[in-house]
Amino acid sequence: MTNAVQTIHPAWLRATHWLNAVAVVILAMSGWRIYNAAPFFNLVFPNGITLGGWLGGAIQWHFAAMWLLAANGLVYLLCNAGTGRLLYKFFPLSPRAIVADMLAALSGQLSHADPLHYNAVQRAAYLFVMIDAVVLVLSGLVLWKSVQFPLLRELLGGYESARRVHFFAMVALVAFVTVHLAMVALVPRTLLAMVRGR
Amino acid sequence: MIRKIPRIPSIDGDAVVKEAMRRIEQPSRRLFLQRSLNLGGLSLLTGCVIVDENSVENALMRVSRFNDNVQGWLFDPKQLAPTYPESMITRPFPFNAYYGEEEIRQVDADTYRLEVTGLVADRHAWTLAELRAMPQTDQVTRHICVEGWSAIGKWGGVTFSNFLYSIGADTSAKYVGFKCADGYYTSIDMPTALHPQTLLALIYDGQPLPPKYGFPMKLRMPTKLGYKNPKHIQAIFVTNTYPGGYWEDQGYNWFGGS
Repeated sequence: MTNAVQTIHPAWLRATHWLNAVAVVILAMSGWRIYNAAPFFNLVFPNGITLGGWLGGAIQWHFAAMWLLAANGLVYLLCNAGTGRLLYKFFPLSPRAIVADMLAALSGQLSHADPLHYNAVQRAAYLFVMIDAVVLVLSGLVLWKSVQFPLLRELLGGYESARRVHFFAMVALVAFVTVHLAMVALVPRTLLAMVRGR
Repeated sequence: MIRKIPRIPSIDGDAVVKEAMRRIEQPSRRLFLQRSLNLGGLSLLTGCVIVDENSVENALMRVSRFNDNVQGWLFDPKQLAPTYPESMITRPFPFNAYYGEEEIRQVDADTYRLEVTGLVADRHAWTLAELRAMPQTDQVTRHICVEGWSAIGKWGGVTFSNFLYSIGADTSAKYVGFKCADGYYTSIDMPTALHPQTLLALIYDGQPLPPKYGFPMKLRMPTKLGYKNPKHIQAIFVTNTYPGGYWEDQGYNWFGGS
């Protein structure tokens, strides 16, 4: 086998993955601080895990990292679609396959023998987080410029509704990251692959 | 002319405000620095101090200026903010300022004068009666605070573009600045100043603007966040020199548009 065949993650994928990780950490931590300024649930985030020090600082971080998330995400989606990777890595995908692989995973039967191949649960999870990131960007756009994007605003049910959409999309992203990190801890060589490509 | 309710009644309000603003500048920059540098969790994660503090603050400020430009470019002077039926008005409408409700300024209606300076043809000071004599309009719109919350209110008053045209303002100038009786100050871009929903509000929900909402007059813009809507306005000036603002100088985004 040649090196080219053994490459699990191409360089563009690794670069966009880690840039995305930086953007997500900054956006989540600064976003919690912004949420704390006017919480709509009986819940605030401990200031110690937030970024920015105060509302104005948190907003500066958030509105800087948003460009990284959006631009990097766009590069990722274009490369993913353009190289055909989106199709052959994530499809076919069926609910039946997801359930079957989920059950296999929970009973310790799911094989990780071939790191080139995503199982159905991985496919579903990664597709879900792609869509979730798009929802985060679009709802964020409504919160930032609600007057300038009337169609998007009304699709999300108005400004106040867009705040909730943005919040729950964040919750979904944090949930994904939690499971993602737990899986990496269980199968550490996936981390190696995401760093050096093999 | 301005009576700050609690303590020290005989102080020259303007001089105090100017002095305070001069002093604010340095400490607030330092404060902002300390605040924005609380990278807290980030340094915990990486176990190290990431970068030099000044360069982080400067970089974030540059992105904020970039975001001003993007918003100026996105701003559509014909795009109207949504309006609502009166049944949707938030009651009571929340009070918000950089001070507490116990420090709300009382401005005397009889001695009130609105100063107009800068790049304008007519610099005469306006009485409240003159402002009330201009054609009035009203709107039920959503006020969005930088903190995230929003509330729907009903404001009435003079369309600001009509006022600017009537004083012969140079509408090719970049900024309109505001100085307020409570020491607040801010500034906006000319396209927003000329937006049809930008009002010199004299009325709140059918009544003369109460002190807590900025008696005798505030600027109401449904296309900008709350901190861009100054209350108790005493002076308006048209300029090409960036005037900044009370919160903007501490790090809030200057354009602050919705």
